[in-house]
Amino acid sequence: MSEHKIVTGNYSSAYGARLARAEVVSAYPITPQTSVVEKIAEFVADGKMDTEYVKVESEHSAMAGCIAASTAGARTYTATSAHGLALMHEMLMWAARARLPIVMTNVNRAMGPPWSVWADHLDTIAQKGTGWLQFFCENNQEVLDSILMAYKICEDEDIMLPGMIVEDAFILSHTREPVEIYDQEKVDEFLPSYDPDVKLDIENPAGFGSLVMPDWYMDFAKKLEEAMEGAKGKIKEVNKEFEETFGRDPGGLIEEYKTDGVDVLVITMGSISGTSKDVIDELRDEGHNIGLARLRTLRPFPKEEIRELTKNVNVVGILDRSYSFGAAGDAAREIKEALYGHNSPIVKNYIVGLGGRDLTPEILKKIFLDTLELQDKELDQEVEWVDLRIDRKKWRG
Amino acid sequence: MANIPEKELMNSGHNACPGCGAAHAMRYMLKALGKNTTVNIPACCWAVIPGVYPSRNLDVPLLYTAFETTGVSSSGIRAALDAKGIDADINVVGFAGDGGTADIGIQALSGAVERGTDTIQVMYDNEAYMNTGIQRSGSTPQGAWTTTTPVGSEKAWKKQPKKDMMEIMESHNIPYAATVNIAYPDLFIEKFKKAAEIRGPKFIHIYAPCPTGWRAKPNKSIELGELAFKSRVFPLYEIEHGVYNVYKEPKEDEVIPVKEYLKPQGRFRHLPKEEVDMIQKNVDRYWKRLKKKEKFTKEELYQED
Repeated sequence: MSEHKIVTGNYSSAYGARLARAEVVSAYPITPQTSVVEKIAEFVADGKMDTEYVKVESEHSAMAGCIAASTAGARTYTATSAHGLALMHEMLMWAARARLPIVMTNVNRAMGPPWSVWADHLDTIAQKGTGWLQFFCENNQEVLDSILMAYKICEDEDIMLPGMIVEDAFILSHTREPVEIYDQEKVDEFLPSYDPDVKLDIENPAGFGSLVMPDWYMDFAKKLEEAMEGAKGKIKEVNKEFEETFGRDPGGLIEEYKTDGVDVLVITMGSISGTSKDVIDELRDEGHNIGLARLRTLRPFPKEEIRELTKNVNVVGILDRSYSFGAAGDAAREIKEALYGHNSPIVKNYIVGLGGRDLTPEILKKIFLDTLELQDKELDQEVEWVDLRIDRKKWRG
Repeated sequence: MANIPEKELMNSGHNACPGCGAAHAMRYMLKALGKNTTVNIPACCWAVIPGVYPSRNLDVPLLYTAFETTGVSSSGIRAALDAKGIDADINVVGFAGDGGTADIGIQALSGAVERGTDTIQVMYDNEAYMNTGIQRSGSTPQGAWTTTTPVGSEKAWKKQPKKDMMEIMESHNIPYAATVNIAYPDLFIEKFKKAAEIRGPKFIHIYAPCPTGWRAKPNKSIELGELAFKSRVFPLYEIEHGVYNVYKEPKEDEVIPVKEYLKPQGRFRHLPKEEVDMIQKNVDRYWKRLKKKEKFTKEELYQED
């Protein structure tokens, strides 16, 4: 029987890894991810999780350990955050290029200096080109659901790519919410055990990752991109199967919230989406024709869906919880790129909540009203940093 | 030599330089360990020696991995084998050069040994970053020329002594550590077989001459190995649960001065007599200390246990 527990996003991650029957966990602690690895240690110590837990000496080794174990045919899991993810960078590329279906939770956190342990998407976004699928979660249930989904998607023989489940620091990682912990048998039916045909095997010795000449390398890279492209269809397919099995829709590639026939669309990612939906309701009650789309997968990037959603929209407001220095927010940049040559709504990028700065319903409402106003006036600035200390009056007054 | 298995797991067609000590090292190691062996190799000469895709000259499963990850890669493979319940007696080997062991790989190695991973971690020591073109490593000996310790007008050869990986491993309470020399293949194989019988982490330090980087003649690699042994530059010893054992040592009348070891190698050509004398002194001190450690650990330290 499934049971409902009131758990943090981090515990939800740990339950996800346990329900997925991860065979090898290779992990290193970092704030605010620590309660994921502690909970898994507790599961293992209590005999509730049958896993080989490799307690490594760095995040770089955490990912390298997953890579070795996955190459040897095991289902592997790890979790990290911010500086840990950055330290893994080399091995993230290795995991993707080796086509290993490793699943990892990344608790989004700001990069130092100055030291900050609070929510910020730059750590994850800086890894968007490494070849990992990236699922940005809105709530703790989705964290668990996405882990189960990710294994099924990533282990598909046509995909064979690693997947990153992204939960916002503290807002999800340390906040308790009701989460349905599914029945193990039902999960086992949805997600059968992992047994790849090609692996490190003394009966069938093969080499993994050898030197290739330029006449091969590029074709391997194209194969990876084909798998990433194929993952779009696979995510939708598995999302449907997940909904049929567990009665819950985790959101596919992009979640649409009251988008039918809207004039103005706002696009969000991660935990701010829940509050934003409430604000959208309020604005609609006040007579504004506005809807919300939640970008769930930054990779693969759902450009076709974005084009479809914005076909008849006049203004798009895009909220980025990170900033790519010298340019703009990354979601905004990618969305604009998807629109080029297709639709041309007015687009404004809002930089919000860096380093865990609070996003209240009041601030979100001001942002969305600003977006609505762009129907009738000139675009004042392409990118606006919201709620900086110097203009608190504007946003909090 | 009667104990050397005939079965070859390293086939012809490798990419090693003529006279490569590391090529001998892999060949003898696989003869000792047999086919129930996985090997993981970081960036090093051996990342290139097995061949370029799709060729491969080793008949064992091979995981190429990043430079600094050899130790943890062994942990990961072992964890997967354990998780899958594969109970065949498989040797999980991490096979790294001196840079991949003593420098960039030391953290992951330390972690794997501290965790007690059942693995054989190998340092094939050619005493510099040879795959990238002879740059100094922490394992380059005192006095050596390399491309990053060029002699020049300022006498900028390497001034620091070699990092002592055997002692670093001993400080981890490793169950077994041994030095081996490709010039003595029977003992080389014996020590690998012994390591395979011990559970937990094992460390093997291989003396692997590099004629290219040492500026020596390719047909003199084995002779260099003998000179390293006879001059006591590279002592052959093992440490089993803290007990030191110098398992082969030159007889008193066999011992040669260090300068005879340095002489055939162009990398030491520039050294003035005082520097050679200092190296001799350091070699003598190391030997003396090693013999005392052997006596102390064999005869005194653990006697009451």
